[in-house]
Amino acid sequence: MAEQQDLKGYASRAMVDEVLSAYPEKVQKMRAKHITVKEEGCASCSIRSNAKTVPGLMTARGCAFAGAKGVVFGPVKDMVHISHGPVGCGYYSWGNRRNLAEGTLGVDNFVPFQFTSDFTEGDIVYGGDKKLEQLCREVKALFPTVKGISVMSECPVGLIGDDIESVSKRMSKELGIPIVPVRCEGFRGISQSLGHHIANDAIRDHLLAKKERPDPGPYDVSLIGDYNIGGDAWASIKILEEMGLKVRNIWTGDATVEMLQTAHQVKLNLIHCYRSMNYICKHMEEEYGIPWVEFNFFGPTKIKESIRKIAAFFDETIQEKAEAVIAKYDPLMQAVIDKYRPRLEGKKVMLYVGGLRPRHVIGAYEDLGMEVVGTGYEFAHKDDYDRTFPMMGDNTVIYDDVTAFEFEEFVNRMRPDLIGSGIKEKYVFEKMGYPFRQMHSWDYSGPYHAYDGFPIFARDMDIALSSPTWGLAKVPWQKDAKEVRK
Amino acid sequence: MSENTCAYRQSKEEVAEWLNSPEYREMNFNRKALSINPSKACQPLGALLCALGIEGCLPFVHGSQGCAAYFRNTLNRHLREPVPTVSDSMTEDSAVFGGQANLIEGLKNAYQVYKPQMIAVFTSCMAEVIGDDLNAFIANARNAGSVPRDFPIAFAQTPSFVGSHITGWDNMFKALLQSLADPRHGRWTNGRLYVVPGFDAYPGNLREYKRLVSAMGIPMTMLPDATEAMDSPHTGEYRIYPGGTPMAELADALNASGFIFMQRYSTVGSYKFVKNVQKINTEVVTMPIGINNTDKFLMALQEMTGKPIPAELEKERGRAVDSAIDAHPYIHGKRFALFGDPDLLLGLTGFLLEMGGIPAHIVCTNGTEQFRKDIQAVLDASPFGKDCGVHVGRDLWHMRSLLMTEPVDMLIGDSHGKFNAKDANIPLVRIGFPIMDRVNLHRSPIVGYQGAINLVTMIANTFIDQVDCTCPDRLFELMR
Repeated sequence: MAEQQDLKGYASRAMVDEVLSAYPEKVQKMRAKHITVKEEGCASCSIRSNAKTVPGLMTARGCAFAGAKGVVFGPVKDMVHISHGPVGCGYYSWGNRRNLAEGTLGVDNFVPFQFTSDFTEGDIVYGGDKKLEQLCREVKALFPTVKGISVMSECPVGLIGDDIESVSKRMSKELGIPIVPVRCEGFRGISQSLGHHIANDAIRDHLLAKKERPDPGPYDVSLIGDYNIGGDAWASIKILEEMGLKVRNIWTGDATVEMLQTAHQVKLNLIHCYRSMNYICKHMEEEYGIPWVEFNFFGPTKIKESIRKIAAFFDETIQEKAEAVIAKYDPLMQAVIDKYRPRLEGKKVMLYVGGLRPRHVIGAYEDLGMEVVGTGYEFAHKDDYDRTFPMMGDNTVIYDDVTAFEFEEFVNRMRPDLIGSGIKEKYVFEKMGYPFRQMHSWDYSGPYHAYDGFPIFARDMDIALSSPTWGLAKVPWQKDAKEVRK
Repeated sequence: MSENTCAYRQSKEEVAEWLNSPEYREMNFNRKALSINPSKACQPLGALLCALGIEGCLPFVHGSQGCAAYFRNTLNRHLREPVPTVSDSMTEDSAVFGGQANLIEGLKNAYQVYKPQMIAVFTSCMAEVIGDDLNAFIANARNAGSVPRDFPIAFAQTPSFVGSHITGWDNMFKALLQSLADPRHGRWTNGRLYVVPGFDAYPGNLREYKRLVSAMGIPMTMLPDATEAMDSPHTGEYRIYPGGTPMAELADALNASGFIFMQRYSTVGSYKFVKNVQKINTEVVTMPIGINNTDKFLMALQEMTGKPIPAELEKERGRAVDSAIDAHPYIHGKRFALFGDPDLLLGLTGFLLEMGGIPAHIVCTNGTEQFRKDIQAVLDASPFGKDCGVHVGRDLWHMRSLLMTEPVDMLIGDSHGKFNAKDANIPLVRIGFPIMDRVNLHRSPIVGYQGAINLVTMIANTFIDQVDCTCPDRLFELMR
């Protein structure tokens, strides 16, 4: 028992193999490649990623539609995004990523809407192209200030062979606004990830560089891969502007069509969510010579590193201001750490999220004295893992597209103090007595990015860990009651 | 509609104002192709909720994994509970070759890892469009040894482009009976009344049904019973199958002494199946929301079983009536707009009318013409219902136009109504599915006499709160 407690929180290959032994042999072999335990001195371990999910095993993964509409296009606010096909996909992605946006509903902000062609049997039989045409006209008539339309195709649209490209082209001409066909049918690819790529390509082909701004400046930058969840982008912009930079575009939190159209004019692309937006950054580098830099605005250590990294692209004026920003916020952040670190020090965290967070938030936990002992991505590629391994300690476990079964078993054995994952995992682990935070949506809190976000992040982790409600689970009159956590 | 009507409108303020106008309303109601904020989900979500109500049952989506993730997310957010569901993760190759290989492998893995007592398979629209033959595929999966030959599997076709989540609930329910209930022997019954909740995401309602039927002394089975799946106790342990109707009671369903369906529109096909095919004493009631609807439910029980309504329930009724009379001045004459599923609307409308509330707009995206007739009959039976507009197949953007041009005092519906309510500057009382921005509402029943008390309390106190929050200081006083 004592030995187990010493090992608490740390993984071993034996543990992983034991968990996988519950699977049929073939699945066992396949899944073994997706899970690795970091060994001493290993800078880059091998892990298989971006492969199909095993049928019949509970996965947290979504689909290309979720990546394209739910992540990339959904937050572009002055555009109407049509979930083209049956009602469900649009309904389930309606308002559920907490992309905040400024503006008047129905005038220059359509983010909280769900527009759909609501396919019925007739549309499946006869095709939806005519309907799509009429629908675009109706959008323009009912929302004359709309700046564009995206046609997000759902599974049936691809299967029945509708030609959304030509309808979009025709209607774009007729209505005088960009209409962007996005071939993001859910059956394409193996996760959200392909949807991000498809959406980036659609932006590249239909929006990017279609307009010129009259006033480009030397400090113009784009903030890319921030979806303004709970106000994240606003918190990040605050730092960048205090550094003297001019954030001309956000992709795609609180974004406008014009931002996407004029983004080729900036001096530097700053990318937060590498997974979902690296494609467009690479394109702009090749096509327009715009350099791009990855940064991380979670927790003061990484924020500080990132501020300096970004400032290095500019002149001394910016670099001085950058130092001033750091100097201004350092004591404020120290106060947050002083308040929470004593309560959070030494606590072990297991993560399982998408996009950038499985690695980006590690520094923020470390600032609070916490240690991430397991992490994994829903839909990462090799380059994400290459960026992750160096940040992880020895004997930590890294899992790709972890199944619900594996995750529960790892947690049962490693017994972390806190779990950060998504809504589908939340109630499972809370039922097991584990403090939990939703790290996709910040559990309806936020922002978590930047200096404004860190105090909220720290407070939320403390709320999860220190809540007296965990202590209520034990039934006091049951002397032999199974000891629940805490 | 002419797209040039408003080409001259340039300023945002002008457009914002115009969105509220009668002219805009007309144009809005004339749209034919575009659906804006429809208040309905798709079939498989309903099928999933239905399948969760059988003990040891693993819901299994035959189709893309993204759909399964979406259904789970939506149910997670409303229930704040785990929702186990697997998918066989169909991708491009399945689109070309069909989903059989995925189903065979998926069943095998799911069976071995999650150790269910049964699996409920239902389709997403992808599988439907390519025309997968579930019957044959499942037989082949059994032959291939994915699951034992006698392992119970129910399957339902739930295309997302037909009906809505309530249709999916109905299809899955019928599939459970067709696949897994032994045919009625007809010579005897098991002596139990089967209570069918329909698509109802309130564990509080299901508990209330069970309490009321038990108080009548009627042996019953709730089928399906997702109460525990929707609201399981915190014990420090996660159980993937927290409860539900036992398999044996599902298998025995067609030997029931009777079936009572608590909803009409989410059980259309199942009701027909049970009534016509199996010749069981079968009743369907209006969802018992409010005093009158609850009375009718209890009287239906009495008629079906011969059991008298006990004094205890009569006292409970009296308390509910007392609460209604105490609160009536706060509700009488107030105008309401409502949206949601047809069965919910039918019950709620009856309740508002008996309180002297005036339903002004009813929007039912997934309603049928039959629903329109049924709800009109409810409205016609009361002087408070005479001016109500019933909008079947309409959405929440239509609702917005209604609210802006013919204002009401309160909106009743699920969380999606919050933008409408804000624009119209009226309170939203959250009733229905999904409720994602308030905690625990689904745990309190809105059915039965206790449900009537809860509704009266929510609605009246919301009006009172509103007065407190908005009145000038000189009118701010202790008593309301």
